[in-house]
Amino acid sequence: MNAPVLDVRGVVKAFGDNVVLRGVDLAVGEHEVVALIGGSGSGKSTLLRCASLLETVDDGQVLLDGEDITDTRIDADRVRRRMGVVFQAYNLFPHLSVLDNVTLAPTVVHGRTTTEARAEAHELLARIGLAEKAAEFPDRLSGGQQQRVAIVRALAVHPRVLLLDEITSALDPELVGEVLAVVREVASQGMTIVMATHEMGFARQVADTVAFLDGGVVLESGPPQQVLGDPVEPRTRQFLARVIDAGRL
Amino acid sequence: MTTGVALPAPSELELSRRAWRRSRSRRSTLVALLSTLLFAVVAYLVVTSAPGWPRVRTTFFSPSVAWRSLPTILSGLWLNLQVLLVGGVLVLVLGLLVAMVRTLRGPAFAPLRIVATAYVDLFRGIPLIIVLYLVGFGFPALGLQGVPTSPFILGTAAIVLTYSAYVAEVFRAGIESVHPSQRAAARSLGLTHRQSMRIVVLPQALRTVTPALLNDFVALQKDVGLISVLGAIDAVRSAQILVGQSFNFTPYVVAGLLFVLLAVPSARLADAVSARARRRQQSGNLL
Ligand SMILES: Nc1ncnc2c1ncn2[C@@H]1O[C@H](COP(=O)(O)OP(=O)(O)OP(=O)(O)O)[C@@H](O)[C@H]1O
Ligand SMILES: [Mg+2]
Repeated sequence: MNAPVLDVRGVVKAFGDNVVLRGVDLAVGEHEVVALIGGSGSGKSTLLRCASLLETVDDGQVLLDGEDITDTRIDADRVRRRMGVVFQAYNLFPHLSVLDNVTLAPTVVHGRTTTEARAEAHELLARIGLAEKAAEFPDRLSGGQQQRVAIVRALAVHPRVLLLDEITSALDPELVGEVLAVVREVASQGMTIVMATHEMGFARQVADTVAFLDGGVVLESGPPQQVLGDPVEPRTRQFLARVIDAGRL
Repeated sequence: MTTGVALPAPSELELSRRAWRRSRSRRSTLVALLSTLLFAVVAYLVVTSAPGWPRVRTTFFSPSVAWRSLPTILSGLWLNLQVLLVGGVLVLVLGLLVAMVRTLRGPAFAPLRIVATAYVDLFRGIPLIIVLYLVGFGFPALGLQGVPTSPFILGTAAIVLTYSAYVAEVFRAGIESVHPSQRAAARSLGLTHRQSMRIVVLPQALRTVTPALLNDFVALQKDVGLISVLGAIDAVRSAQILVGQSFNFTPYVVAGLLFVLLAVPSARLADAVSARARRRQQSGNLL
């Protein structure tokens, strides 16, 4: 296998006395889709925030294309340009139109011309069926439409890896599908993706690897059929049993 | 947005609801009007029947004195206006700067943050008139080379020092009201701290705090009259001089009315802006 795009090595992160990550290892290869699962509070968001340099790690390393991005000498702003991140909610900037949301980083951060950035933004918006919403402001869009725009905005900078943190969990059930469809399409085009999710069905269909985070480590990881269908670890079994009880599988 | 589809004709029920709302609003307007009128008449009768009213009328409300004093007071008011405009701009700049320093994160900025916090605590605590005395009389007394002695400059400086502390807190509240995810989203797009402040956080913060800022502007409009204590010949000081010459207090009333006239447009603007902000945030029109 080629060198991983994103390589998390022994990452430790604590908030005060609360040690959330106790040495997480996770390698994400080119074009790979990794679904990060785990109970509430298991540290999925924390791991993604460490990987996107929104939090400093307390130990270990994160490598992006082989470069140690947790090195203190690194320019974090430059590193973040190479990743796309979408959060659970409040992604879009409410005072900017959909189009301006999408073209902001390409023009301001990547120095592309406005014409160029707009042309690509229109193309991307058309692909997710929101071409006619380009001039609207985010509060005129449904939650699902907003999340789709947020994905497009992250893609507009041509990131090496897309980090998605439970991007459907704040949505009404009937809006989840349209957002996941966009993720599915992005994945099919070869984007490298790490997504924290509670949507086990989706993880099973789209992910190449499912990683179960528990007790501050990746307890078990592998192909979805194995991890979700026939897990080795008792803790994974317990977790999946609870998820099934909640009707999410 | 118009849909291009005509609304169907309103039903009987809707028509009766509309009629009821109309009559309701007519009645409240009428009640408000009548009670205001009644109060004005009573107040007028009480004041004018007071034993001292004839004296008060000639010493406070003399039309001829008012007319004669108007040009002098107006030219004094020009000075207040200059302080207001120059001071207003400086307050916005300094207030924003202090607010941004106070919201900086990270231990490296701790000394700056402490200075900014101390400044805000100090100048929100001291009465403006004391700052005016300290700056207006203390600075020139140092006898340093190059320290301005004009009451216009010193008075403006004192007002800017005090008001920036208030306005900094208004800005800070606005900056902190922007959801943390907005900052995270901006930074994860690769924007620098400055860029995310300028492009993402501040525009949203400004929108939130505009009504509060306008409110402070109205307060500033009357407080610029305090530079008179430093001897600047502004509207208040001109009135004072005229009162001293004629032993008639009408010039004070004239100056006071001019300040009110100055404040009314900003006050209405503040109302309009906060009404607009409310409309934007509210989903229903019933509450
Ligand atoms: N900024 C913070 N300060 C203090 N504690 C934090 C902070 N962020 C997260 N935590 C703690 O870290 C732990 C892991 O949180 P995290 O958000 O990573 O969990 P998660 O797996 O994403 O959960 P969920 O599925 O509910 O989103 C929790 O106990 C949480 O309270
Ligand atoms: Mg989370």
